Amino acid sequence: MTRSYIMDEPDERNRLDAMAQGVIGRPLDRPEGPLKTSGTATYAAEYRMNGRIEGVLVTATIAKGEVTVLDESSVRDFPGVIAVISDDRMTARAAQGGAGKSPVRKVREVRYYGQPIALVVAETFEQARHAAKALRIEYREDAAALVDAQDDAIAFEQFEEPIIQGDLDKALNEAAHTVDVTYTTEGHNSAAMEPHASIADWDGKILTLHSSLQMLRFNRKELADALGIDPEQVRLVSPYVGGGFGSKLGISPEGVAAAVAAIRLKRPVRVVMLRQQVFQCVMRRSETRQRVRLAADAQGRLNGFGHEAWVTNLPGEEFAEPVLQASEFLYAGENRVLDLQLGRIHRVTAGSVRAPGEAVGMQVLEAAMDELAEAIGIDPVELRLRNIPEKHPSEGTPYSSRKLEECLRRGAERFGWDASPRKPCLRREDEWWVGTGMATATRVHNLNEAYARVTLRSDGTAEVASDMTDIGTGTYAILGQIAGEMLGLDPAVVTVRLGDTRFPPGSGSGGSWGACSTGSAVLEACEGVRAALAAKLGCEEAALKLKDGHAFSGADKVALSDLLGGVDVVQLGHFKPGKITEAFSAAMYGAFFAEVGVNAYSGEVRLRRFTGAFSLGRVLNAKTATSQCMGGMVWGIGSALTEGLTFDPRDGHIVNPDFAEYHIPVNLDVPHLDVLLVEERDPAGSPLQAKGVGELGICGAAGAIANAVYNASGVRVRSFPITPDKVLVGLPEI
Amino acid sequence: MPLTINGTDHDFIGDPRTTLLDYLRDECGLTGTKKGCDHGQCGACTVLVNGQRINSCLTLAVMHEDDQVTTIEGLGTASNLHPLQAAFVRHDGYQCGYCTPGQICSAKAMIDEAANGWPSFVTADLFEPVKLTTDEIRERMSGNLCRCGAYSNIVDAVTEILETKR
Repeated sequence: MTRSYIMDEPDERNRLDAMAQGVIGRPLDRPEGPLKTSGTATYAAEYRMNGRIEGVLVTATIAKGEVTVLDESSVRDFPGVIAVISDDRMTARAAQGGAGKSPVRKVREVRYYGQPIALVVAETFEQARHAAKALRIEYREDAAALVDAQDDAIAFEQFEEPIIQGDLDKALNEAAHTVDVTYTTEGHNSAAMEPHASIADWDGKILTLHSSLQMLRFNRKELADALGIDPEQVRLVSPYVGGGFGSKLGISPEGVAAAVAAIRLKRPVRVVMLRQQVFQCVMRRSETRQRVRLAADAQGRLNGFGHEAWVTNLPGEEFAEPVLQASEFLYAGENRVLDLQLGRIHRVTAGSVRAPGEAVGMQVLEAAMDELAEAIGIDPVELRLRNIPEKHPSEGTPYSSRKLEECLRRGAERFGWDASPRKPCLRREDEWWVGTGMATATRVHNLNEAYARVTLRSDGTAEVASDMTDIGTGTYAILGQIAGEMLGLDPAVVTVRLGDTRFPPGSGSGGSWGACSTGSAVLEACEGVRAALAAKLGCEEAALKLKDGHAFSGADKVALSDLLGGVDVVQLGHFKPGKITEAFSAAMYGAFFAEVGVNAYSGEVRLRRFTGAFSLGRVLNAKTATSQCMGGMVWGIGSALTEGLTFDPRDGHIVNPDFAEYHIPVNLDVPHLDVLLVEERDPAGSPLQAKGVGELGICGAAGAIANAVYNASGVRVRSFPITPDKVLVGLPEI
Repeated sequence: MPLTINGTDHDFIGDPRTTLLDYLRDECGLTGTKKGCDHGQCGACTVLVNGQRINSCLTLAVMHEDDQVTTIEGLGTASNLHPLQAAFVRHDGYQCGYCTPGQICSAKAMIDEAANGWPSFVTADLFEPVKLTTDEIRERMSGNLCRCGAYSNIVDAVTEILETKR
């Protein structure tokens, strides 16, 4: 029997705080840690199967056109080659997150450079790779395709109804202080360390795909739709995922190609993307151009707020980087213009990359806010504090728990923020200009439907099962802690099983909703188990105390294993966000404080100190939550200083499709990261009173670094990433 | 062609194009060594060859006749972790876990390199014994990328092991 909880209003019961075990929130080690650190956690490409053969994807070398010749005879006689497959069921793109249906197939109709067009299958990887490189292909090329995001011929269109309130132009004209600035950000790649990988096995009825995916219940439908089979005929297995960051939200081309090959060849087929293919044919974060207009009175109170953004995507894609998502609710200003424009361009699909929207929108908004603080002559922390609205500035809805002020104040204190008047180029240490900067963090809170099954075994141990994934976020740890807290068990005796569509469908990992959504399903299942135990004990559920494997009711104490009498209790829990999602503006908040050194001769920027104070509702595991925040901050460093996809303006190919040329932060780029978790309960966030964690740490982080670069050196770079060449041109003479 | 992996004798007879990485993963079943880029750019495939760290994707299996190869599986097991592996767990020096075996193999070799006096880019004095400061650890671990961003915790894990040794 399923126990459902549809969340229409804030859940004030606060069940977790009413429990006795005392494990929720504690900084426990991840239960899968010994497997990961000993190399025995099994990732998608690592399953051994008899007769497994290898496929290598072949990708297009034109931006737009059609494959006219795909000459199988050019490789047929190569040693080991089994087949060249270019099938109507294969997918030319990755699915967008939550699509639940096949992405564009038609692999021979090329729409971007790097699009998969065929799969070469051979007995070994070396043989397949060699043949894939030698396969003779001819194209009919459409040379007029737009591939350059700077091309004036791109016709941008409004992506959604803009928000227009009052008269922003008038507010700007009459304001004591204004800012009107345009910033740009480059495209990003998720670049998870594990390349997209799949092994497909077809037994004539069931297609089993071991794959690296984030949201199995959607991916199952996407794969089935592409193959033209029933979702019930698809089993997906992803217990360990080597990072996702949005790039594995949807089924990706290698998984579908492996499945097609396995069905056709009746042998298990493995396809692993080459690192370059991960860049070329999965997802990019769109480059953005953003104009921010701010109007403030003499005290720094905003009465005009404009944020407009221009982004791109492939024709036919329904996703536009939601750049303005946080600008809708973060700051005051009754005269508002928020407008997102989408242009069509023949570059690899634009989709979700960690914190879509806020990741790039917040860093620009927070840099513009720094410019406003300077124009007014007030402390940038104070400017933020003066512009925290009473209610949602457009919709009028109340905020759920919001600790932005506390994050700003406590973060500043922790960092040792100097609130005295600010001026650039005041501090030099040898060849380094040294300065500080800050920014607000915020990210919308999302929820998703989820199921989970909890089994309290008759021996007093428990199992949690869901097709939910752990992409490094700590799902194994926190679901065990939720069940342990609710059932009065040491999490060490709670086994968490994830990443298999044979388990009930969880929320999947994406949009920072995983812990709250699937965790709430676990909570609901545990409520059912508790009710069953109370019935056995003959007491009200509210009077039942569970701790250390024992049930307590009044003066009675009984071991769970005795109470259960040899019979397991199995409960399916279901969580669904209802009216709550419209009733409040719910978000996570925080504040970043950075200190940088800017080399006075080369323009190189080195981050010296980085503090983040975050409020994200209840913390479910202080260790993994802290790590998530750190990870976001590291992404902020990359976005600020080094990361940017470079496209060839002639054919749209990615010039830097690997780790040698696309520079993610390395260890020496990252100082000790100082993370402060500000304790919070948010009854509107989820029944756990928790909110999302995984993306907040990036949202605004690069803005703090940009502001520190300005404070150190006096160079205001309005084009991310802030590479030395951009700093060098503005450095003062010394 | 004989070579030793984690103390066990092996005989490589495969395709000469096979990298040491693919040989370990596909022929020997030692999938703890990860493939992240296949181009020596990420360090996920780091193993020890005769005690020194190497990107196993950048070398062919046939180049290792009579070599002693140590992979993550040779350092410790899930039920009997090497102290570095245990420190990574305690300090949460990983998230998704994919770069982790490479990080740990790299840290193991790095500690030995420093003990043997090898300088790095951030070593101020080339003639003094090397002290593994946090900046030395960061520099010497910079060949091992971690997209989850666990660097701060990795440095803490390695530092704890160094302090235990002192």
